Amino acid sequence: MTGTRRLELLTPWAVTIGLFLVWELGCWLFNVPPYVLPRPSLVFQTMYAFHAQIIDHSLHTLFTTVLGFIFAVVGGVLIGLAVGASPIAYAGLYPVMIGFNSIPKVALVPIIVIWFGIGTVPAVITACSIAFFPIAVNIATGLATIEPEMRDVLRSLGATRWEILTKVGIPRSTPYLFASLKIAITLSFIGSVISETVASNKGIGYLMLSASSRFEVPLVFAGLIVVGAMGIGMYAICVIFEKRLTRWAFRN
Amino acid sequence: MPAPPLVSIRDVSLTYGQGEDSVLAVRNLTLDIAKGDFVAVVGPSGCGKSSLMKLVTGLLPPTSGEIFVDDEKVTHPIQGVGMAFQNSTLMPWRTTLDNIMLPFEIVEPHKRRLRSEKAKYVAQAEQLLATVGLGNFGRKFPWELSGGMQQRANLCRALVHQPELLMLDEPFGALDAFTREELWAVMQDLWLQKRFTAVLVTHDLREAVYLANTVFVISHRPGHVVYDAKVDLPRPRTLETTFETKFIDIVHDLRAHISRELTT
Repeated sequence: MTGTRRLELLTPWAVTIGLFLVWELGCWLFNVPPYVLPRPSLVFQTMYAFHAQIIDHSLHTLFTTVLGFIFAVVGGVLIGLAVGASPIAYAGLYPVMIGFNSIPKVALVPIIVIWFGIGTVPAVITACSIAFFPIAVNIATGLATIEPEMRDVLRSLGATRWEILTKVGIPRSTPYLFASLKIAITLSFIGSVISETVASNKGIGYLMLSASSRFEVPLVFAGLIVVGAMGIGMYAICVIFEKRLTRWAFRN
Repeated sequence: MPAPPLVSIRDVSLTYGQGEDSVLAVRNLTLDIAKGDFVAVVGPSGCGKSSLMKLVTGLLPPTSGEIFVDDEKVTHPIQGVGMAFQNSTLMPWRTTLDNIMLPFEIVEPHKRRLRSEKAKYVAQAEQLLATVGLGNFGRKFPWELSGGMQQRANLCRALVHQPELLMLDEPFGALDAFTREELWAVMQDLWLQKRFTAVLVTHDLREAVYLANTVFVISHRPGHVVYDAKVDLPRPRTLETTFETKFIDIVHDLRAHISRELTT
């Protein structure tokens, strides 16, 4: 392992630990009361003390997030393929998609609650609705940027539209797909936690809301850190899949 | 007796766009290409050479006139034509061999048989790769090959399913002079072996004269045939041939006709 490579592996840890140190030091120097900004040491202590509840709630959040994310991938890929492959679908769907994406998803949650009640379902739907847009747009971009010569080669061989889609369009958009998955998974966490905060009795969002209503600020921060850590973990999984499946796009 | 034409272009015109913005790209173009012939099309840039490729393969419908391939009128993209462009358009996610297998996955009857006779088709593709000097590179990805090697692979892909018609749109245009001359020889060898009908669009007059039996000069836009030169030099032609008086005379003659087009 070369020096730069080792440094590359170490810096994320160094930066994270450094950040916590600065935070700790700042709280100590300026004597910040824990109900305003708790020190990280207190947050981690709280995390340990409440670990059973935190694990229970965060697993629930992870479940709703991943479920919403999976729906977003399926829906986003299908819509992206339709929009990218057909100009009519593009003209028809694009404005609606942009309009829908502009709506703050937190405003949707009460409506979803009216339809499905509180709990898991609104969290999954919110996670899905916030995450599908970047996936659809990226897939559509991948399809729309096929080189015209590549298309001509296939057409002159007698390829059908379906064959052009499966042999060129889909493989060509996979790097775009993975780029969007990395954004979409973090957005999914935002969606599910928002929904849990507004309308749920389960999940990290609910835990944080109920903790803040009891002024247990260190527990709120413990929840935030757990959400951040889960986001990093899922992002890393997406990166592993990306490297495995689209090696050709990372040539150098 | 001359062979019957494989491609017959009858009084074809092509207009791009509509109304005041429309551009007449090709006007009253008529030419015949005999079966098994190798013709080159040269002309000033923007003369509609590439439009001609798309017209013959049916990728673009003519605004007026008719095109026949194998006695059948071209009304939609005709099947199984081999095409090679300046940009090699190999798929970076496939190995070189898998790229060359592509026509087998699309063109009938190979498409039907590919699954059951996979080994036979792979052998065919590998043999063709060996012919152009890429014998050991089938497992490499296209981006691991040099520009010249990519263009060799591109020619293989265009030819592997043994199409009757091969359309070449400046396939050597982006290569350095040495590689280009090397590939002329590769191209000629392939043609001498397989005797497909080839149409080469190029702006390199030496390339046209080296490879073709007939060189058509297309006028400035709107394009039509203003001159054709028969190249009756013996084959196989070599780089030495290009320094012979007869070769140089033909190139000069073509050059003069193109200059005339540029000044008018």
